Amino acid sequence: MAKINLNRVEMPRQKPEVRAKNYNEVALGYSHEQALEEAGRCIQCPKHPCKAGCPVQVDIPEFILALRDNNMEEAVRILKSKNALPGICGRVCPQETQCEEVCTLAKKGGQIAIGRLERYVADWERQHMKASPVKPANPSGKKVAVVGSGPAGLTAAADLARLGHAVTIFEALHVAGGVLMYGIPEFRLPKAIVQGEVNYVASLGVEIKLDSVVGKLVTIDEVLKNGYSAVFLGTGAGLPMFLGCPGENLNGIYSANEFLTRVNLMKAYQFPEYDTPVRIGRRVAVFGGGNVAMDSARCALRLGAEKVYIIYRRSEVELPARREEVENAKEEGIIFKLLTNPKQFLGDEKNNVCQVECHEMELGEPDESGRRRPVVKEGSEFKIDIDVAIVALGTTPNPLIAKTTPGLETGQKGTVVADEETGLTKKQKVWAGGDIVTGAATVISAMGAGKRAAADIDKFVRGK
Amino acid sequence: MYKILKREDLTPNIHLYKFQAPEVARKAEPGQFVVIRIDERGERIPLTVADWDEKEGSVTVVCMEVGTTTRRLATLGTGDAIMDFVGPLGNPTEIEKFGTVCCVSGGFAVAVVMPIARALKQMGNKVISILGARNKDLLFWEEELRNVSDELIVTTDDGSYGRKGLVTEPLKEILEGKSKVDRVIAIGPSIMMKFSALTTKPFGVKTIVSLNPIMVDGTGMCGCCRVSVGGVTRFACVDGPDFDAHQVDWDLLLARQKTYLDEEKRSLEKWQCQCDEKSKAKSGGKK
Repeated sequence: MAKINLNRVEMPRQKPEVRAKNYNEVALGYSHEQALEEAGRCIQCPKHPCKAGCPVQVDIPEFILALRDNNMEEAVRILKSKNALPGICGRVCPQETQCEEVCTLAKKGGQIAIGRLERYVADWERQHMKASPVKPANPSGKKVAVVGSGPAGLTAAADLARLGHAVTIFEALHVAGGVLMYGIPEFRLPKAIVQGEVNYVASLGVEIKLDSVVGKLVTIDEVLKNGYSAVFLGTGAGLPMFLGCPGENLNGIYSANEFLTRVNLMKAYQFPEYDTPVRIGRRVAVFGGGNVAMDSARCALRLGAEKVYIIYRRSEVELPARREEVENAKEEGIIFKLLTNPKQFLGDEKNNVCQVECHEMELGEPDESGRRRPVVKEGSEFKIDIDVAIVALGTTPNPLIAKTTPGLETGQKGTVVADEETGLTKKQKVWAGGDIVTGAATVISAMGAGKRAAADIDKFVRGK
Repeated sequence: MYKILKREDLTPNIHLYKFQAPEVARKAEPGQFVVIRIDERGERIPLTVADWDEKEGSVTVVCMEVGTTTRRLATLGTGDAIMDFVGPLGNPTEIEKFGTVCCVSGGFAVAVVMPIARALKQMGNKVISILGARNKDLLFWEEELRNVSDELIVTTDDGSYGRKGLVTEPLKEILEGKSKVDRVIAIGPSIMMKFSALTTKPFGVKTIVSLNPIMVDGTGMCGCCRVSVGGVTRFACVDGPDFDAHQVDWDLLLARQKTYLDEEKRSLEKWQCQCDEKSKAKSGGKK
């Protein structure tokens, strides 16, 4: 047996000083040789813990084996039979806490770079293959509606279509993809890749109705009356949370949702070629420590900001963002003001934000989340000059659907109550999954929920 | 794509567009709005509905040429189409039998007030309407509004038609008059709504305004349209657009509407440049 190789093949990336000035993808992906080398490190262990670590149970060792043998079409087929969106997952999944964390080689620090291999296979397919590798089953004669075309909705729609159902996606915005389009920036997830995977879902026979706000244009009950046997709600968590501190409505203070929507979805970084503007800050403060905060900070930098601060009330170890994104942000020159919390925003005579006053914080006893509670250090106030602020504290589900759907039970913070395993809500014929159920979480956990719900919907509409 | 079934010029720079949008037409109610986007590079802008026809499958909006989007829209005519037409968004205006309702409209907002006044009238209210414009040339739908009102007062700032002065003057007189007014609905430019609110406040008459902050998605996602009402931050797109005029922080609304003044200017200059180039190329070709 060959000696175990613990050296992960690094993936080339744009240099920090270069990429901080462009919107091109930061990570450049493996070359074919690099992909084969990394795939060759997989020991094909009998227990394959990686599969169980994947929320959509991709047959990881199998696709890696096909890749190692340079059987690319087979690798694509294996990957896509479980995951309709591999180009997206290969880029934004937190593999380090999922499949890669439990890799047999992880104990020795040499876990296989599964995410990079997934990305390579997906990109290879896009460049080399025309026909869809997965053929849908015979038509079932049943119609299923999916609300929202983000990760949960696309996954549910793809699985249901493959099982032979006629699927219609209702999307409120003018493009499909949800947070993959409006939220995650181009340099982390190119929009052409998202649209490629959306097109794949459409190629399975899924009808995508854009500009369709469910709850306004049509209600869930009307959808059910119009011949749909079941509805899957994957509308995510779209409602932004604000800090609630004085001065928050000054001009130049954005929710991360608004800032990222302007920049990514409306392409404000190409203003005035595109009509939607965004305020270009010289000094920008981003509040929060998650991936959305990192994305906002790095977008602001690329728009031309001189100084971009991440202001977060806990310490570095508690930053909820992926380690890789924190490192990327640091390399690009984002300034981390940790253990810092805003007290109020101050504005000029034109109502523009010009300063934020902050408190220093220190960590006290653990709170209900198990993390040490940040407490204000008395007398520690200080001011930072800023001209744009971005609030990235998280999001909660939009109440529109819950408000217009009698019988749909909601829990704390407006989340929809659904069975953890099947996604069935308290309302008959209605399933839900993704951020609308869990509150803001990851792309892949939403996809896992979409997949489980699709399986249960299939059983239901077939009367099993 | 959403086809323009009819375009009509109500004044030289205020236009009516009737869009083919059967699903929206089925659901629209007075006071709701749509978000439109002309093409791939376009901005999303909210426009309050002026009319709809379920049978015809059409929704009508009226807008004035102000920024790049409304000017670009004005280059389109009957038979052309736009990329996106989303709605109906926001909450409908509360329509009940209140008694006597005074409907005040400023500028092209008469188009928005029309369906509200009509619904109020159908509900059995006595409707007194005040229609204000800067001058005679900017007035339209006087007869249409008169048809759904028990009484109509027209004002122009310069006195070129009707009564000279602002809408707030007849509004004050009506409130001071003998007959009790149960509700005022005032829709128009923010500054006009602010002063209407200040006029009605001493009389304690419930006054409803339709706020028009900057929006992006129009579905509660971005928070761009946040306004302060009764000291609480609300989103005009999902909590409004109608609010109690006496609770609105008008200065905040007016300030937030100016967020992109510089960018709007740049965008318009670029649009103007492109138009100039196009017309040059055209006249060059003729030679």
